[in-house]
Amino acid sequence: MGSGSSTQHHFAFQNAEKAFKAAALIQRWYRRYMARLEMRRHCTWSIFQSIEYAGQQDQVKLHNFFSYLVDHFTPSSHNERDFLNRMFTEERSPQDSEMEKSSDYESIEVPDSYTGPRLSFPLLPDHATALVEAFRLKQRLHARYVLNLLHEARRHLVQLPNISRLSTCYSEEITVCGDLHGQLDDLIFIFYKNGLPSPERAYVFNGDFVDRGKDSIEILMILFAFMLVYPKEFHLNRGNHEDHMVNLRYGFTKEVMQKYKIHGKKILKILQDVFCLLPLATLVDEKVLILHGGVSDTTDLELLAKLDRHKSHYHDSESERGTTFSPFGKKSIFQVRARLPPQIVSTLRCKTRKENKKPAEEKGKNNQMSSAGRPSPWFLPQSRSLPSSPLHPSAHKAARAGRSSSVPCSVAPDPKELSRQVRRSVDLELERCRQQAGFPAIEEKEEPVPSASEAEEQLEPTQEEWRQVVDILWSDPMAQEGCKANTVRGGGCYFGPNVTERLLQKYSLQFLIRSHECKPEGYEFCHNRKVLTIFSASNYYEVGSNRGAYVKLGPALTPHIVQFQANKATHKLTMRQRQDFSMNDFQEKKNQNYSVGGRFEAQMISRVEASALRALREKLFAHSSDLLIEFKKHDKDKTGLVTLSDWAAAVESVLHLGLPWRMLRPQLVNSQTDNMLEYKSWLENLAKEKLSHENIQSSLLETLYRNRSNLETIFRIIDSDHSGFISLDEFRQTWKLFSSHMNIDITDDCICDLARSIDFNKDGHIDINEFLEAFRLVEQSCSEGDASDCPRTTNTNSSACSSPGAH
Amino acid sequence: MTEVLLERRYRPIPEDILLRAFEVLDPAKRGFLSKEELIKYMTEEGEPFSQEEMEEMLSAAIDPESNTIHYKDYIAMMVIDEN
Repeated sequence: MGSGSSTQHHFAFQNAEKAFKAAALIQRWYRRYMARLEMRRHCTWSIFQSIEYAGQQDQVKLHNFFSYLVDHFTPSSHNERDFLNRMFTEERSPQDSEMEKSSDYESIEVPDSYTGPRLSFPLLPDHATALVEAFRLKQRLHARYVLNLLHEARRHLVQLPNISRLSTCYSEEITVCGDLHGQLDDLIFIFYKNGLPSPERAYVFNGDFVDRGKDSIEILMILFAFMLVYPKEFHLNRGNHEDHMVNLRYGFTKEVMQKYKIHGKKILKILQDVFCLLPLATLVDEKVLILHGGVSDTTDLELLAKLDRHKSHYHDSESERGTTFSPFGKKSIFQVRARLPPQIVSTLRCKTRKENKKPAEEKGKNNQMSSAGRPSPWFLPQSRSLPSSPLHPSAHKAARAGRSSSVPCSVAPDPKELSRQVRRSVDLELERCRQQAGFPAIEEKEEPVPSASEAEEQLEPTQEEWRQVVDILWSDPMAQEGCKANTVRGGGCYFGPNVTERLLQKYSLQFLIRSHECKPEGYEFCHNRKVLTIFSASNYYEVGSNRGAYVKLGPALTPHIVQFQANKATHKLTMRQRQDFSMNDFQEKKNQNYSVGGRFEAQMISRVEASALRALREKLFAHSSDLLIEFKKHDKDKTGLVTLSDWAAAVESVLHLGLPWRMLRPQLVNSQTDNMLEYKSWLENLAKEKLSHENIQSSLLETLYRNRSNLETIFRIIDSDHSGFISLDEFRQTWKLFSSHMNIDITDDCICDLARSIDFNKDGHIDINEFLEAFRLVEQSCSEGDASDCPRTTNTNSSACSSPGAH
Repeated sequence: MTEVLLERRYRPIPEDILLRAFEVLDPAKRGFLSKEELIKYMTEEGEPFSQEEMEEMLSAAIDPESNTIHYKDYIAMMVIDEN
């Protein structure tokens, strides 16, 4: 400080004060900036997650739809039976079984011109390593080797127990990886950074190897190869995506058919078996339990260890293998029904688990229509209709067991009354469906509900067994105590810290490692650090959306986490260049919060945010008509305007995404005068972004958009021989049933138009891929470049997708 | 979080005022602050930064070759990213 006269002193003091204030101002500004960045990141994450879960609910609705058909639809005519058989039956001729039993891959010739990797069995470690390298160089494994490898994998898996055991005595370090979802880059990086599997380096891959990403089959090949080469040290757990029904929707089926075409079908078939045969969990040192989803308050490890995860369903004379048990079985329900005594028919189950939250509070709204409870059809965890009616007193146990059927429903205070109501409304709706679909009315008999016969129980997994498996593959941890049905996913439960604690104590475990949920940092501890979520697919939602991580366990069983995030440079790394591995190619952060203030992070967030907002706008568009109705409710005076808080309320009540709409509003809406919004023109602008098909009207397009993943799944189910085509008629029939079930208002004419317009080359068949391609192109044209490149309306009044200075 | 943002402390600060604040800390009007100066001001004055905050700000603001912070450019860059 200055010395001398008082003026100087005063002057100096003033300067100091100014400096103080200036510094304070800068700090204030900086902190606000950081807070805002964090909020945007959080918002973006919420958007992606809520859309993903909404998609999973769609899947559940689809299952409910097929439930209807399966349980209430008795084919009355040859046509009907054929139609439904086409959808549900798996053709199994004697020749098929013959083929499957023996070496159907040996007949496949590998041309001399093939330059990809060649496998010979028994596999050696070098083969597995070479496979990784080959895939890194984007080579493709020939179908013959794929099938060969899968056959060997199946032979190996059959003899494995349901719960694998690993010990740090033998392998000093054990690396556990989470979901990969077809992202080969991440797997390559993990092997790179952590080292290839070896007797000294054990690995556990915790499920969800496939779907969504584009290299699912390659990942499977690598994982199975190492499993065969190091059977004691390399372990796989099944995930909820190791399931052919889920694969139909989430891309693995499509990937296999695209890559392997004529052989794809064989590959998919054997994969169904292989998936069923994957072990359910891994135990390390009897202390750390690793499984894909989570646990429930009734999880019984002894039962899980004992059950027959590949139990034969029926022993056909034609096929000694019968059918394997899977949470999404494949046996035709009509074949099932044919063998069951006629009294066993659809029954209604109610969830008896307490639901702490009211339905309105939950992020994922329950499907509260007449799907209050129904037995699961063949492709749901239970392969047959089970008698577990709440009307039956002795069925109480079974009723409780029905908690995690894939049907979200609200708790019925009075099971009897509910089942009566539901049955009534279900019948009514069924009638309506049938009429709409053009099927003649049928009298549905009320059939009594008997108990399961012993014979059946031996043939199939019991209800309890099925539920135990679903719980460990689908459950998620929650912060609150207790255990309640996982309505968002439609299977498994949400389990609280007390459930975890009880389980750990019951089996003398230290902690749980699970995956199943994407986390921004690639991992997350919860339940007092007793549950670790590990997720290994980086950039899962979008480039830059999240890191991946894996966890290492040494003899002390202390988890050591390594994070990473893939970028394009990964594929340039070769296995031999590990030493020269440069930090620039991969962002690697060890257990630290990454630097947020860097400019790179901010740009990353902006990019991911833009992508999330695009997805959100698309969702808004898909619900235009519902939104319009909702807005009009808020606009009784017909001014054409609503307030911004009304806007937020309306949007939430239609979309049910639980997002902070008020915060997102600036990115989605250009408010007009005085915080009021002209909703009609806003909706029109959303539509203009999406509209590209001249043939299809806006409302149809909107409906298609909203249901396109359902449509795709339906297509793939109908197209049971994976030809890639379904007939117009099949499409129309299915769509009719589906839309009436989903309360989609579409006239008969519209459906015909729709079907005809999808039949691009007018040959009476719909090419599934072409149809979906149309959507992809629309999406692509919108997402190419920045948000600012989105097709904009020339209307100067408003532009739905811009905000001032949008980057 | 919404509340925090709505608090007066976190109201948006206009660019020019921000600029003047930096200029107060740079009475010689060089157009930049040295790394040491910025650290001193941010960690000793006002509502001091934590070590982590300081590192974060530096990582974005500093020009590694001269080890200085050209605040005018820094402000402009942050403003763009915000929008």
